[in-house]
Amino acid sequence: MKRTYLIFTLSILVLCSCLLTVGINAQNQPANLGEIHGNFQMDMQYYNPDSSIKAPVVPEKTGMNAFLNLNYTRDNFSAGMRYESYLSALQGFDPRYTGSGILYRFISYTTQKLQITVGSFYEQFGNGLILRTYEDRGLGYDNALEGIRIKFNPRKGVYLKGIYGTQRTFMTYGPGTVRGLDAEVNLNEFFSALADKRTNIILGSGFVSKYQPDAGTGTYIVPLNVGAWSERINIHRGKVNFQCEYAYKINDPSAANDFIYKPGEALFATASYSQKGLGISLSGKRIDNMDFRSDRNATINNLEINYLPCLTRQQTYSMLNFYPDATQPTGEIGYEAEVTYKIKKGTLLGGEYGTNLLVNFSTVSGLDTMQLKPAQDSSRMGYKNRSYFGFGQKYFEDFNIEIDKKFSPNFKLIAIYASQVYNKAVIQGEPGTPMIYSQIGVTDLVYKISDTLSIRFELEHLYTREDMGSWMSGLVEFTIAPKMFVAASDQWNYGNSISADRIHYYNGTLGYIWGTNRIQLSYGKQRAGIYCVGGVCRTVPASNGLTLTVISSF
Amino acid sequence: MKKFIVLSFLFLAVQAGFAQQKLQKIPAVDLKTMDGKAFNTRSIANDGKPIIISFWATWCGPCKKELNGIAENFDVWVKQTGVKLYAVSIDDTRNSGKVAPYVNGQGWDYTVLLDENSDFKRALNVNNVPHTFVLNANGEIVWQNNNYTEGSEAKLLEILKKVAKGEKIE
Repeated sequence: MKRTYLIFTLSILVLCSCLLTVGINAQNQPANLGEIHGNFQMDMQYYNPDSSIKAPVVPEKTGMNAFLNLNYTRDNFSAGMRYESYLSALQGFDPRYTGSGILYRFISYTTQKLQITVGSFYEQFGNGLILRTYEDRGLGYDNALEGIRIKFNPRKGVYLKGIYGTQRTFMTYGPGTVRGLDAEVNLNEFFSALADKRTNIILGSGFVSKYQPDAGTGTYIVPLNVGAWSERINIHRGKVNFQCEYAYKINDPSAANDFIYKPGEALFATASYSQKGLGISLSGKRIDNMDFRSDRNATINNLEINYLPCLTRQQTYSMLNFYPDATQPTGEIGYEAEVTYKIKKGTLLGGEYGTNLLVNFSTVSGLDTMQLKPAQDSSRMGYKNRSYFGFGQKYFEDFNIEIDKKFSPNFKLIAIYASQVYNKAVIQGEPGTPMIYSQIGVTDLVYKISDTLSIRFELEHLYTREDMGSWMSGLVEFTIAPKMFVAASDQWNYGNSISADRIHYYNGTLGYIWGTNRIQLSYGKQRAGIYCVGGVCRTVPASNGLTLTVISSF
Repeated sequence: MKKFIVLSFLFLAVQAGFAQQKLQKIPAVDLKTMDGKAFNTRSIANDGKPIIISFWATWCGPCKKELNGIAENFDVWVKQTGVKLYAVSIDDTRNSGKVAPYVNGQGWDYTVLLDENSDFKRALNVNNVPHTFVLNANGEIVWQNNNYTEGSEAKLLEILKKVAKGEKIE
């Protein structure tokens, strides 16, 4: 198996070389050599032992994650690969990321109507409810498919996609096969009679099936093939947009759902209205037993086929992200509302430059269910829904207001207030821990001293009586545009009920940037916490040490 | 076998040195517009006038500072250079539905595209947002920058003026 992958990678290299050589040798005329571009990132950390913050002991003293992407394009042809190194993986990344290798490589050919990709690829059907493969290197998330993808546009307004492959799991590939088809039709493009209509309608439909053999050693008889389908619609008219997707999955007993045979469902809808200066959006979702993986024994974030987006605001500042929401694929229901408004220039509240306001509210709860007793549950459905749209136990809630104001050409302010509720017992899987209620305030001030010098202050406060108590956080950043920045920050757990744990997590950072290159060095303590992107999270242990980051793209 | 791969890699990198002299063209990637329509990046064009492609996200503070900074005088920039700005949001489906209300709420006069699965971001080798590209009359990348500093709009305008006149960018 491994040998096949190596040979495939090698073939890509040789093919690219040949194409380049052909180009270089065709002298005396502007030969089309194609282009090679790429990017590189390395994060290396040296770990100091520090028992005061409960930092784990790292016997190898250092960790290093690095990757280099190389993309070659020539006319309709493209090929690429990524070399990755985890020697050993940074603390907080799954230790199954180990060693070095080329796990991502592809060849692709594109014409107006057809695109064929062989090798690794990332794909998404609709909102991702039945299929989304993607990567987030900062999260250590990569569920790329390895196989074949064909995209075909047979006529105007019709978009077809087919995929067939196995999924990446850390430094290898999973045991299951994933197959899928997706069709999207833009009615206004398809029917010429609708071309000039103000209302635009797009319909989409997808089907994904996974196959995994069963050794027959488990307790249950499991389906070897599991299918999931989804239907979606997007309606747009003037200032209004509405989109909705419903997905269904047949019974799929797995480690993630405790081997129950209940079918899965997901519903996701967003409506929005916007005009110049005003935007309103309202979204809702309901997820019921929709964990979908290409390995029925996989857990945490491993080998997921689909993506169930969080419907809560993705926060930017550290105290607002202290207790972040994460989707519970086994079941949850929630909604989110957001209003953005720009107060015009020259008005009393708008001032000379106008003022931006944002108000956001989101809430997520468990489903309203009833556990079935094993004696009454011969078909092992696990639970029953008491009411379809009923709200059960609260998982997460966030109400926040943001004001964004420019006072003068040199002085800008962002101020945020938030009130959050966090069910640690469910979201972090620690039964018995109490609900965490927090109030957070953030101010971000930027003052431009001259054309090249600017200073930024970030002051944050998190108030809570639960968990570790209240926190204060401050940051000063000095930028010498365009090349250098220096920052110092401290997060202080002053409200901890145990006085020995009232720790300062100080940090200093120095960065140098030129063009698309950046070198950054930071030293200090990092608190244990959760690092999330898009509702997918990883827990990061506490650490104390020196971090070197090198980023380049070419 | 592994050594051979590494050697081939190096060989390719050396050859890439030759290929590098050419300016980068925009790869063809399928994106979406804010109203859900399919959009291929082959369609990125501005009648021979300069183009800005700016990668951003609703959760990225510096990105919003940069695009709001440009928005303040964008009408003047258009008059002076004829520039067109494509703001490519890498928000995934958690946030992509909130992009249109945010963009209109801010009153941006940009062409906003959704790159929900980061395909265009990957094709242009973008590590982090913000990342901003300037394209010349032939649609080639002549300048790029992957961070935002207060007041960097002035530098960007300077580049655009040169590009509009057909001058070379160092």
